[in-house]
Amino acid sequence: MDNFARAFFLTEIVKGFLLTLKYMFFVPRVTINYPHEKGPISPRFRGEHALRRYPNGEERCIACKLCEAICPALAITIEAEPRDDGSRRTTRYDIDMTKCIYCGLCQEACPVDAIVEGPNFEFATETREELFYNKEKLLENGDRWEAQIAANLIANAPYR
Amino acid sequence: MLVQAFAFYLFAGILVLSALMVITARNPVHSVLFLILGFFNSSGLFVLLGAEFIGMIMVIVYVGAVAVLFLFVVMMLDIDFANLRQGAMQYVPVGIIIGGILLFELVALYTSWHFAPDIAGNLDVPDSGFAEVTNTEALGLVLYTKYVAAFQLAGLILFVAMVGAIVLTHRVRPGVRRQKVSVQQARSPDDVLEIVKVAPKTGV
Amino acid sequence: MDLIVSIWSDYWIVRTVVFTLITVVGLLIAVAYLTYAERKVMGAMQRRQGPMTVGPFGLLQPIADGVKLFSKETIIPSQAHRVVFLLAPMILFALSLVAWVVIPFDKGWVLANINVGVLYLFAISSMGVYGVIMAGWASNSRYAFLGALRSASQMVSYEVSMGLIIVCVLLTTGSLNLQEIVLAPRPFWIQAMLFPMFVVFLISILAETNRAPFDLPEGESEITGGFMVEYSAMAFALFFLGEYANMILMSAITVTLFLGGWLPPFGFEFLAFVPGIIWFALKTAMILFVFIWARATLPRFRYDQLMRLGWKVFLPLTLFWVVFVAGMLITFDALPK
Repeated sequence: MDNFARAFFLTEIVKGFLLTLKYMFFVPRVTINYPHEKGPISPRFRGEHALRRYPNGEERCIACKLCEAICPALAITIEAEPRDDGSRRTTRYDIDMTKCIYCGLCQEACPVDAIVEGPNFEFATETREELFYNKEKLLENGDRWEAQIAANLIANAPYR
Repeated sequence: MLVQAFAFYLFAGILVLSALMVITARNPVHSVLFLILGFFNSSGLFVLLGAEFIGMIMVIVYVGAVAVLFLFVVMMLDIDFANLRQGAMQYVPVGIIIGGILLFELVALYTSWHFAPDIAGNLDVPDSGFAEVTNTEALGLVLYTKYVAAFQLAGLILFVAMVGAIVLTHRVRPGVRRQKVSVQQARSPDDVLEIVKVAPKTGV
Repeated sequence: MDLIVSIWSDYWIVRTVVFTLITVVGLLIAVAYLTYAERKVMGAMQRRQGPMTVGPFGLLQPIADGVKLFSKETIIPSQAHRVVFLLAPMILFALSLVAWVVIPFDKGWVLANINVGVLYLFAISSMGVYGVIMAGWASNSRYAFLGALRSASQMVSYEVSMGLIIVCVLLTTGSLNLQEIVLAPRPFWIQAMLFPMFVVFLISILAETNRAPFDLPEGESEITGGFMVEYSAMAFALFFLGEYANMILMSAITVTLFLGGWLPPFGFEFLAFVPGIIWFALKTAMILFVFIWARATLPRFRYDQLMRLGWKVFLPLTLFWVVFVAGMLITFDALPK
């Protein structure tokens, strides 16, 4: 009898309807309006690569090629020779972003925190060629994102 | 008046054309579609006559229900047209004879047709006696009083035909597991679910 | 100016054409924003935002969608029956528009005040199935054909109980004219008696318009879009417009039959200063909200469950209710004169 009444008055269906109504008015949204709002990103986020500089403008990279050696996707190519003042510098630092798997091993390997993966993930391009990053592009990235990268490194330092 | 004449010739013309197409179309599905167009236009003619109730019922019953089932059956058939056409010629004599008989009967009927003397005067006023009621009401007034026996009988015949069709096609197969909706709905989590808190490394 | 006035008052055909255009354009705008409302409401019920990018709060999204569909190429499959294939969406769309001539938007605001308005609506809605069947058959595709068969049997099945529900309403009003149905006196006990039929009618129109939870003809998870699977661009847009215009039409019919059309709700006379068309639109929007609400809430029926509901539950129930309503009306001598 009880079951019959439940089926006849569609109790379960009414319950379902009330649930969706509750969700419509009283439960906050979980999505964000993406290009205008962005979700939080961890300081350890591994996004687009950047080559950093010292505060005096000197580039950090000393062409030790540890990153090239550890890169599991063989995405990094480095050529190096001594500069006029005798210091060892790269003449070529290329990352093929189409090969890169964003594992973060290059920044782990780097002894001078030169190559890092920054917080930027919006670097889609219209052609494949634009994703073959060279040294200028990477240094420029470093200049643009330096403030955030430095803050992230400090935030992450206690865990290293 | 001009609009009515135009509408009449439009409906009548399309009706005749589509009726022709029903028997000449090569694809049976096209035939049925033309049949539906024919039904639709004949209902337009009814509306033009002022019989809007019959016009609408025509669409609801014939177009909305009968022709759908028709179309259903015809669409499902997988007809080999070449095979069908091969033996068609041998039936031509029989077809001509049947057609001739029908034509003769129609002509005979038409030439001997005359109206009963008490109706003949009403012919110019098709809605005489029902001038002030809508024709839905007028139909109802005769259908449920004067012709109630015939009406009920027609309903009964259709009902018997429906029961007959179900009885003839229904078969009881043993060993079929059927879904019992009431039983399923009567189940509740309390009857069939038990939530047990299991401490680690003890098992249930 | 005088010329315009004299043309306006002398030629009924001019007035009819203008009113028809206003109705059609209004309807198309309503359809466009119904799709927007559906996406927004369903988004809110699923804790999403819905369209937000085109225009403020995504308000121009329907226009962008329309432009996209119109600018695409209409693809006709090589094995399709060309004429029938292209005719099907046109029929469906045209039928969803012609039904509006008998809907009274306000007192006297009706294009054709015919005696058999209810039957006309019923006839038009029963023809809607042809657009679907023709689309499914002409596509020459298995998915489309399956969708068409499902749709045809579903619509025919639910029309039976819909017809009986309408008979219930007609018993209490005694007229087939939609304006008279709205204006017929409805004491509270008659309304209460019709309420179960109102619920059954709501469920039936969900099935009749192929909407969730009865959207098996489309059934994108099993037959990939059903009868619409081969359609693209304009032809698809016509199906889409037809489907949503049908939803609005069915809501308007429900409002006219059960909720007192353009009259203020619950017979509150002090609300009568609001124009009737506003009440009509509000009530229609309410029913449309139920359509969307149901889609956001309920999972799709299985086909045998759908048929069981139509033939084994609704048909006996509505048949019984016709007898019940007639009996009550005779017992309390409340039959309309």
